[in-house]
Amino acid sequence: MYKQGNYPIIAKRAIGRGVFDVTIHCPEVAELARAGQFAQVAAEGFFLRRPISICDIDKERGTIRLVFEVRGKGTDKISELNVGQNIDIIAPLGNGFTCLEGAKAVCVGGGIGTPPMLGIAKCYGRDAEVISGFRTAGIAILQEDFAAAGCKTTLCTDDGTAGRKGFVTEALKERLQADKPDIIYACGPSVMLNGVAKLAKEYCVKCEVSLEQRMACGVGACLVCVCRTVKDGESYLSHVCKDGPVFDSEEVDFT
Amino acid sequence: MSERLIVNFCGVEFKNPVIPASGTYGYGREYECLYPLSKLGGISVKGTTLNPRQGNEGPRVAETPSGMLNSVGLQNGGAKKFLEYELPNLLTKDTRIIANIAGASVEECAELASLIDPSQVDMVELNISCPNVKQGGAAFGTDCNVAAAVTAAVRKELPHKPLMVKLSPNVTSITDIAKSVEAAGADALSLINTLLGMRIDIKTRRPILHNNVGGLSGPAVFPVAVRMVWQVANAVKIPICGMGGISTWEDAVEMMMAGASTVQVGAAIFADPYAPVKIVEGLEQYCIDNGISNISEIVGTVEPW
Ligand SMILES: Cc1cc2nc3c(=O)[nH]c(=O)nc-3n(C[C@H](O)[C@H](O)[C@H](O)COP(=O)(O)OP(=O)(O)OC[C@H]3O[C@@H](n4cnc5c(N)ncnc54)[C@H](O)[C@@H]3O)c2cc1C
Ligand SMILES: Cc1cc2nc3c(=O)[nH]c(=O)nc-3n(C[C@H](O)[C@H](O)[C@H](O)COP(=O)(O)O)c2cc1C
Ligand code: FES
Repeated sequence: MYKQGNYPIIAKRAIGRGVFDVTIHCPEVAELARAGQFAQVAAEGFFLRRPISICDIDKERGTIRLVFEVRGKGTDKISELNVGQNIDIIAPLGNGFTCLEGAKAVCVGGGIGTPPMLGIAKCYGRDAEVISGFRTAGIAILQEDFAAAGCKTTLCTDDGTAGRKGFVTEALKERLQADKPDIIYACGPSVMLNGVAKLAKEYCVKCEVSLEQRMACGVGACLVCVCRTVKDGESYLSHVCKDGPVFDSEEVDFT
Repeated sequence: MSERLIVNFCGVEFKNPVIPASGTYGYGREYECLYPLSKLGGISVKGTTLNPRQGNEGPRVAETPSGMLNSVGLQNGGAKKFLEYELPNLLTKDTRIIANIAGASVEECAELASLIDPSQVDMVELNISCPNVKQGGAAFGTDCNVAAAVTAAVRKELPHKPLMVKLSPNVTSITDIAKSVEAAGADALSLINTLLGMRIDIKTRRPILHNNVGGLSGPAVFPVAVRMVWQVANAVKIPICGMGGISTWEDAVEMMMAGASTVQVGAAIFADPYAPVKIVEGLEQYCIDNGISNISEIVGTVEPW
């Protein structure tokens, strides 16, 4: 179940270099949405919509937040939209993360893969640790949001300008050695996801990863958004928009 | 909806001439939560092959100015799954169902036709124009003799259904292919399939599509499609289902004036999933505003200079 509509933007902030945080009033979407799902966002003048993860959902206020980085011309166009204007979205799409009750979680975000971690981290509050990694301090986003949700935050930067210097996988390994969670969630570049998946396997922890692929329809009709998955030893081409974007890491073929 | 939009296409009555295009609408399941499928004239379902196909590796889509390239490569669950799982559901939707079939050989196309013939689909659309498969596909649609041979073989195994043959625009003379297919027994033609194209990522020097090349569709191809429909309409007697870049009711009217009796809407659905329904509503209003009692009156009415 999803909706398509033009919904008003009620807040917009630049939260890092080229990174925007947009709050949309769309009660019917917020009502349906779950952490890890995404929206197909129209960019005026461009034929295809841009997939952006739903970062945060406020069912009471009827809002969702999209946090995105300007990567090319389409996201640049979307970033020109301001408070009071409408944004054309199809949402919520895809399957979202599974939230385990009474469990401990580690959420791992790499760069612009960090926003989709907010929704799921909020499901766990104090029982979640959020390990996020960025190239440099200027683009280290959402740390206050995770802290406000009660989560423990571990910030990593490649250049050491904020938090600890190094990769998220190193911080994850230390956590796994010290205190194994029940589940790991991850979103970020595919090398990072591969590293996280390997650690999860090594330490026998369930792990869900959110994947990216170029999309057209976003709803499962056109079959363009494939990724390689393995189930019962057989290799399949699954569709990120419908079968994902969240997959069990054991099912993803990272090669 | 009123009588104004009812069209008779090869003996099959469609409540309106607007049909989502094969491969862009799955089997309708993904759009049902937005509006009832009964609003559509019909649905041309995803291309079906005899056996299941995985299709090509990703990426399978690249954006272009006013359109997109795709290189899906006919990923589908095969004829058995279509007939046993998808078709029974589709038959409850109160809209016409067009089975779109493709095969790697003449024999495979004929066998598929024989499996589909006893089913309850309303029509069969034979795809001899897919640019994304190595065997069959466009290789069938770019040679008059081969196109005629496949059409004749399918015609023979399909005694109970109207046969529409889908033509490729990637040819020197689409009218020659159209005439061969008509002579071989096609009841209707649909055109155009996608135009072969390519995009390159200048940072990586790699094609964006893993298949290197793919099929162009969307508004970018509309004028090419209108031209081809017009040329073919002037060359054959059988009716035409026009498609390629239609995204508004005005486009549909234009395509019909060029000679199409029905229209298919494809890539436009990705930009606006309501596009087919908006086109139906627009056509209705167009008829009212212009005192047209049935939309068929405008088919082929372009007055060339
Ligand atoms: C499920 C999903 C969730 C995402 N969530 C977020 C998010 O929360 N925040 C964020 O900043 N980004 C997110 N992305 C990535 C975002 O979709 C791309 O950065 C964006 O599409 C780039 O568009 P552009 O026009 O700026 O770039 P261009 O490179 O000009 O885009 C050209 C074409 O390629 C496609 N494309 C380019 N990069 C990607 C990519 N990484 N993934 C999919 N399609 C791409 C575009 O959609 C467009 O069709 C997500 C992607 C997916 C698949
Ligand atoms: C993603 C995608 C998949 C397609 N798959 C098929 C297919 O399986 N069989 C077929 O005959 N045409 C297929 N087509 C072609 C369309 O049916 C149509 O001929 C073409 O896209 C032109 O129309 P449009 O510009 O409205 O999209 C596909 C097109 C797209 C974009
Ligand atoms: S984008 Fe169309 S099936 Fe995934």
